[in-house]
Amino acid sequence: MNYTERLENVTVIGAAGKMGSGILLLTALEMTDLSLMPENKDKTFVLNAVDVSDSALKGLVEYIRGQVQKAAEKKTVALRKVYAHRTDLIENGDIINQYVNDVLAVVRPTTRMEAAYDSKVIFEAIKEDPELKVRIIKQIDSNNKNNPWFYTNTSSIPITQLDETAGLGGRIIGFHFYNPPAIQKLVELIDAKYTQKEVHDFSLEFAKKLKKVVVPSNDFAGFIGNGHFMRDALHGIQEAQRLSANMPLHEAIYMINKVGQDFLVRPMGIFQLIDYVGVDVVSYIMSVMNPHLADENLHSSLLDKMLEIGVKGGQYSSGAQKDGFLKYDKGRAVAVYCTEKRDYVSFESFATKCDEQLGSLPGSYKPWKAVNFSKGKDADLAAYFGELSTMNTMGAQLAKTYNARSNAIGRKLVSDGVANNNQDVNTVMLTGFFHAYGPINEYLK
Amino acid sequence: MAAGYNSISLGTGRKEFNPKKERPGLDQYVKEAGQGVLKQIGGAQNVDESAIGNFMAARFNNQGHLAAFIPMIDEGLRFKPSVRTEGACASGALALVAGIRSVLAETGEVVLTLGVEVQNTVKAIYGADILAGAGYYPERKEGHAYFFPGKFSDRAGAYYEKFGREYARKGMARWFRNAIENARLCPTAQEYQNTVKDLEALGLTEPNPRGFVDNLNVFDCSKVSDGGSGIAILSEEGLKRCGIPASEAVEVVAFGQATFDISQRPDDLTVMATTAAAVKKALESAGIIKEQLGTVETHDCFTIAGVLATEAIGFAEHGKGAQFVAEGHTARDGKIPFNTTGGLVGWGHPTGATGVHQAVTIWEQLTGKAGDAQITIHPDRPYGMTINMGGDDKTVVAIVYKRGE
Ligand SMILES: NC(=O)c1ccc[n+]([C@@H]2O[C@H](COP(=O)([O-])OP(=O)(O)OC[C@H]3O[C@@H](n4cnc5c(N)ncnc54)[C@H](O)[C@@H]3O)[C@@H](O)[C@H]2O)c1
Repeated sequence: MNYTERLENVTVIGAAGKMGSGILLLTALEMTDLSLMPENKDKTFVLNAVDVSDSALKGLVEYIRGQVQKAAEKKTVALRKVYAHRTDLIENGDIINQYVNDVLAVVRPTTRMEAAYDSKVIFEAIKEDPELKVRIIKQIDSNNKNNPWFYTNTSSIPITQLDETAGLGGRIIGFHFYNPPAIQKLVELIDAKYTQKEVHDFSLEFAKKLKKVVVPSNDFAGFIGNGHFMRDALHGIQEAQRLSANMPLHEAIYMINKVGQDFLVRPMGIFQLIDYVGVDVVSYIMSVMNPHLADENLHSSLLDKMLEIGVKGGQYSSGAQKDGFLKYDKGRAVAVYCTEKRDYVSFESFATKCDEQLGSLPGSYKPWKAVNFSKGKDADLAAYFGELSTMNTMGAQLAKTYNARSNAIGRKLVSDGVANNNQDVNTVMLTGFFHAYGPINEYLK
Repeated sequence: MAAGYNSISLGTGRKEFNPKKERPGLDQYVKEAGQGVLKQIGGAQNVDESAIGNFMAARFNNQGHLAAFIPMIDEGLRFKPSVRTEGACASGALALVAGIRSVLAETGEVVLTLGVEVQNTVKAIYGADILAGAGYYPERKEGHAYFFPGKFSDRAGAYYEKFGREYARKGMARWFRNAIENARLCPTAQEYQNTVKDLEALGLTEPNPRGFVDNLNVFDCSKVSDGGSGIAILSEEGLKRCGIPASEAVEVVAFGQATFDISQRPDDLTVMATTAAAVKKALESAGIIKEQLGTVETHDCFTIAGVLATEAIGFAEHGKGAQFVAEGHTARDGKIPFNTTGGLVGWGHPTGATGVHQAVTIWEQLTGKAGDAQITIHPDRPYGMTINMGGDDKTVVAIVYKRGE
């Protein structure tokens, strides 16, 4: 079975979810583009979009329609060539509409898992629950005569565990998109112990067609991305708790968040990132990873406490940020949660004091946005960190400790064999987390 | 002609432009430009008739029948004649010609002349379909997604082949730089707020055939714009009626109009023959030679069209236009300043308004009203010229002006 035949019948499970909808979109575009090649004109391509609720599927179709239209508007130059033989399609508008129709004709939204029984490839993006994932994979596999291949989007469950408990004999691979899949360029590719070579090779071809950057990760819970992020988050939380011996915890949270975002020139501070991903998701991923880690305890009582109170972060379906450790106004953090008061305390009421304690930023400081997209990025960062390294303010100290920890986490991912080399760790953080520089750097020695 | 008025050219580049927010529509631009003129000519009672140029409101705004928008400007225009002209991007100049002919025929002493277009109602990829209406529809299917950029990309490609790509692109990049630098001097220009430092380097950005056309980049293109312009066309009698001294007006010395079969391709892609014909008629009818021109507003819908215009007028020999431009001869301090408020690339291109906007610019320059964009008009070269082109060198109007005495 070649690449195209493999893609003739595909299912995405959890298709209405955050990740599933993006995976569905990308796969639908790829399958439609294949279907429009002259040599495939007699083939039928089917992409089942399986999820549990009809109302979610309705929203999904609207989402797909809107996104496909945008995609078509961007590639109209190429689409005019694809539809050159269609004398009835003359204007760009005609062509864009036809493409949207063609994509929607490939996608079959349904709540029935049976749809997956004819598929040759199954993308799994249901919630991060090992038992549920195994149960569904097993159900499909035992009813499907094609010996289908499974592409799981799990963030933290070892693929070998899924392979063995579901009895797939290597017909599974970790194909770990980042959120949102349609925009994020990174895919972590994780072979289970016995993943078949054909399954792996197909992944590479598919990822290439989707214009993704593939970083191979070995099969350790959390892989590279969460392997770094979870430990980095725990460090930030513990640093805040350490500072809270001498100040209210919420002020310490504010300071550590600022150290990450400003002093370390990251796209956002660590508490904002936890909120973005969801306090519950972070806590859950830690709990899935933790049993697999022998020499460390990846767990935070502060996260437990936040969840107990019911402060979870995450995003509204509109994409707007929900309040978590921080409170947001039009996407900007404006207040921080105080677990004692059980309420948010506005930055205004204390930030000046904390900023003074941290000390000023190096004179050469430029925010992440200005650095990350500039041509002279490396030189800017070298100058900035050169200056920072000579400073002894509290902010500089915290930044140095933070960077050293991030560096150590990165190196341990390599020495533990999760990542094959330093470069892979850095690529994941640069592409998947939009960092301006990799954790394994020589900036602050 | 006198009493010119331009709205701002609204679209990308202007800080006040936000594609997600509601913007002024046809009504507002017609009223703004119309009232802008009426204020300078003593009000609607002095107007005998009106003409309004517009290209494609029928598709951009689902609106036809623009002649009946005129009385919106002022109740005093009710029951007076008005006409709408259409000749693609030359619609504005056709409105001017309609007004000029009426004054010459003595059917009117004061003609209120407007041009308007509101194009930002659709994304560029759909706007390309609408603008393709300036071409021949049976060619649309085989045309480029960006139909008109495709047409002028072909012209640029032919020019590259004949005279050298790098050579040509240098001239085009210089055209872009001049356009933006001039636009920065004119508060109504779409690129007025442009702050890019190395404009020529930007102009030299490599074309990207996968996303756009083969031989042009976006900086080679005019803007997608909303705007309205107005000017009054008056006889001597009309000037008196409105109390405008001749020195505040420009005299229309002559005009030349030429048309080419829309279904036919140009004989030579590196020549704008219809433009050359219209210019020749205008200059001959004015009884002047090109060396007497002090400034030109030409239809640079693409930088290559600007370069080709320098050849069509005769300032440069065939193939030498790119050099003429690259050497700075069309800059505001050059031999013959072109497009002194930015032209279509810098000021903007609200298609149906452009011809009128050009006339307003020439009126401003010749009567000393161009503000920061003012150039010096030498007594031995007192004439100004506008060239407004519809489609790919299909409908062209050239007009020669001189300050009134
Ligand atoms: N959100 C992220 O940032 C992110 C990033 C990378 C990987 N992941 C992983 O992707 C997976 C999905 O995460 P998500 O954030 O998209 O979650 P989500 O909650 O947004 O989506 C899960 C979807 O699965 C559906 N679902 C649940 N049970 C189902 C069943 N039995 N049958 C069919 N559909 C079912 C739900 O209705 C929901 O639409 C998880 O494994 C997660 O770890 C998430």
